[in-house]
Amino acid sequence: MAVLRVQDLVVDFATRQGNARVLDHISLEIDEGEILGIVGESGCGKSMTALSIMGLVPSPPGNITAGSIKLDEREIAGASSEQMRTIRGNEIGMIFQEPMSSLNPVFTVGEQIAESVRLHEGADSRAAFARAVEMLQAVGIPEPEKRARAYPHELSGGMRQRVMIAIALACNPRVLIADEPTTALDTTVQAQIFDLLEELQKNRGTAIVLITHDMGAVAQLADKIAVMYAGRIVETGAVDDVLSNPRHPYTRGLIACVPHLQVKPTKQRHPLLEIPGVVPSLTELGEGCAFSPRCDRMHSKCLQHQPVLETVPDTGDNSHRVACWVTEARADDV
Amino acid sequence: MSDQIGEREYLSVQELKVHFGGKSLFGSGSIVHAVDGVSFDIAKGTTFGIVGESGSGKTTTALAIMRLTHITSGAVFLDGTNIGALQGEALRQARCAFQIVFQDPYSSLNPRQRAFDIIRDPLDLMDVGKPEERAEMVHALLEQVGLRPEQGALFPHQFSGGQRQRIGLARALATKPDLIVCDEPVSALDVAIQAQILNLMSRLQKELGLTYLFISHDLGVVQHICDEIAVMYLGQIVERADRMTLFSNPMHPYTKALLASVPSLHADRKNRATRQRLKGDPPSPINLPKGCRFASRCPLAQEQCHQMSPPLRELENGHFVSCHLADA
Repeated sequence: MAVLRVQDLVVDFATRQGNARVLDHISLEIDEGEILGIVGESGCGKSMTALSIMGLVPSPPGNITAGSIKLDEREIAGASSEQMRTIRGNEIGMIFQEPMSSLNPVFTVGEQIAESVRLHEGADSRAAFARAVEMLQAVGIPEPEKRARAYPHELSGGMRQRVMIAIALACNPRVLIADEPTTALDTTVQAQIFDLLEELQKNRGTAIVLITHDMGAVAQLADKIAVMYAGRIVETGAVDDVLSNPRHPYTRGLIACVPHLQVKPTKQRHPLLEIPGVVPSLTELGEGCAFSPRCDRMHSKCLQHQPVLETVPDTGDNSHRVACWVTEARADDV
Repeated sequence: MSDQIGEREYLSVQELKVHFGGKSLFGSGSIVHAVDGVSFDIAKGTTFGIVGESGSGKTTTALAIMRLTHITSGAVFLDGTNIGALQGEALRQARCAFQIVFQDPYSSLNPRQRAFDIIRDPLDLMDVGKPEERAEMVHALLEQVGLRPEQGALFPHQFSGGQRQRIGLARALATKPDLIVCDEPVSALDVAIQAQILNLMSRLQKELGLTYLFISHDLGVVQHICDEIAVMYLGQIVERADRMTLFSNPMHPYTKALLASVPSLHADRKNRATRQRLKGDPPSPINLPKGCRFASRCPLAQEQCHQMSPPLRELENGHFVSCHLADA
């Protein structure tokens, strides 16, 4: 059963240029112990999806216009800030991108972990601190008792991100949202953090939403993938299906535009495939497909009608869905 | 390697050391060995990559070659001239030949200058061409990096990240340099934009015969764009080889670990458990261990590794490795 179910979520932002629909009918589902990867360029709505789930959409100017977010069948979209405060950190944890700026520089990391335990579980400070040390150990920090008394600036980037994970996990949340958790880190440290996330998912059954722009990270960690563009999901499905048989031109572009490390490099080097142009401004979206100005397969229908997510025919299960007129036309041709 | 010496030495870095600290206001402070004896050559028209974790000294190496930080010892020969020893006006004039593109296109452009003026500045400062021809030269540079001449009237905030990095490239190209040092030029860009800049850089190299020193932590990008690669760890080069050799036959345990840490698109998910991981963080560049600098994290380390620092040895033709345990 799905731990977290987002259905037809619409989030609007009032801007001076008019209404910006930052999330346009987003639907996601994640089961216990499952990792869902959300990919896309910046400005596609990945982080906004995370903030909506956490009830952290700044309002005003933001507003959840429609849709539902269900945590274990309990509606949390539009919950009061008091209700959200008991849910955040307790049932849904979040890891942010910048470990340095998300930690409070004037408190020791032990205190920062203990704080959420005290607030959510009403533990006394001694027990909370003991839990903090235990959590530091669980995320693989050596000498946890000593480190718990350290301030953020005394730790390396990788250790700080581990502390962030320890804070997010201190109250054993059912869902963990990781927003680009390794972007600021070296690949060797990134690998350690990925191993840690995987361990959590296996041992505690935590459902993880991994927000990233790195297809490699998704391939390695995630079970399901959702590719976002201009506030919509353009392709979704099981990671193996989508990566081995990407149907949306944007997904294909995202995979091909990055030089992936090859074990046996070829002598001949070809120019990388480019996705021309940039992500459109959300206040200037027209009638048709938002990706059409950057798409090399665009035709007249793409300019007039917004494509909807539809199941890709001839796939193993029905989970692989894509929103593109061209793939539909091509499937008809065959 | 010996048969190529003539063409190899366009840029020759010899035993470069950059140390920070030492004497402080309160007596003798500790010394940070940021770059500690780095040597390499780059042939004209090729791309040399330096990879490593943060703190390995790759950016400091680039800055020292650019003469943007002091050089403690060692020499940097560019086309036969030791630019490491130049001072004052001679250094300023020599700068025409080597330029840099920075990592962050948001902070490396003056927000109060229009793109046109940003690119024109180096022409005026270095007295390139006749003053009345310079506007035309700026327009040509804008077109060369894929921008329209009329976009020169815009301010940096009116451009996207990729376009800003194009302006950074145009500014670096203005004085017609031969060497361009690129310090993580695509790391701050969105994935889809990286390809545009990398393709532009390859095209410019072909058209203008540029030599690149390319600093990056992204091994996929380095493999795509570099001809020869040096892997740095704690201020030293631990392995150096051409592109084909380094990726298909890495010999240093650190290089192997780095390669293994990159998430692959075709990840064999069943082998997750057997993956080897580097543990811990690099030791401090202040109190360096007396043996191999990587020994504390090395899965293969033996007694001798902790006792003796391994020299950089040439194990195969052009393949240099600094490890006691590596064998050809």
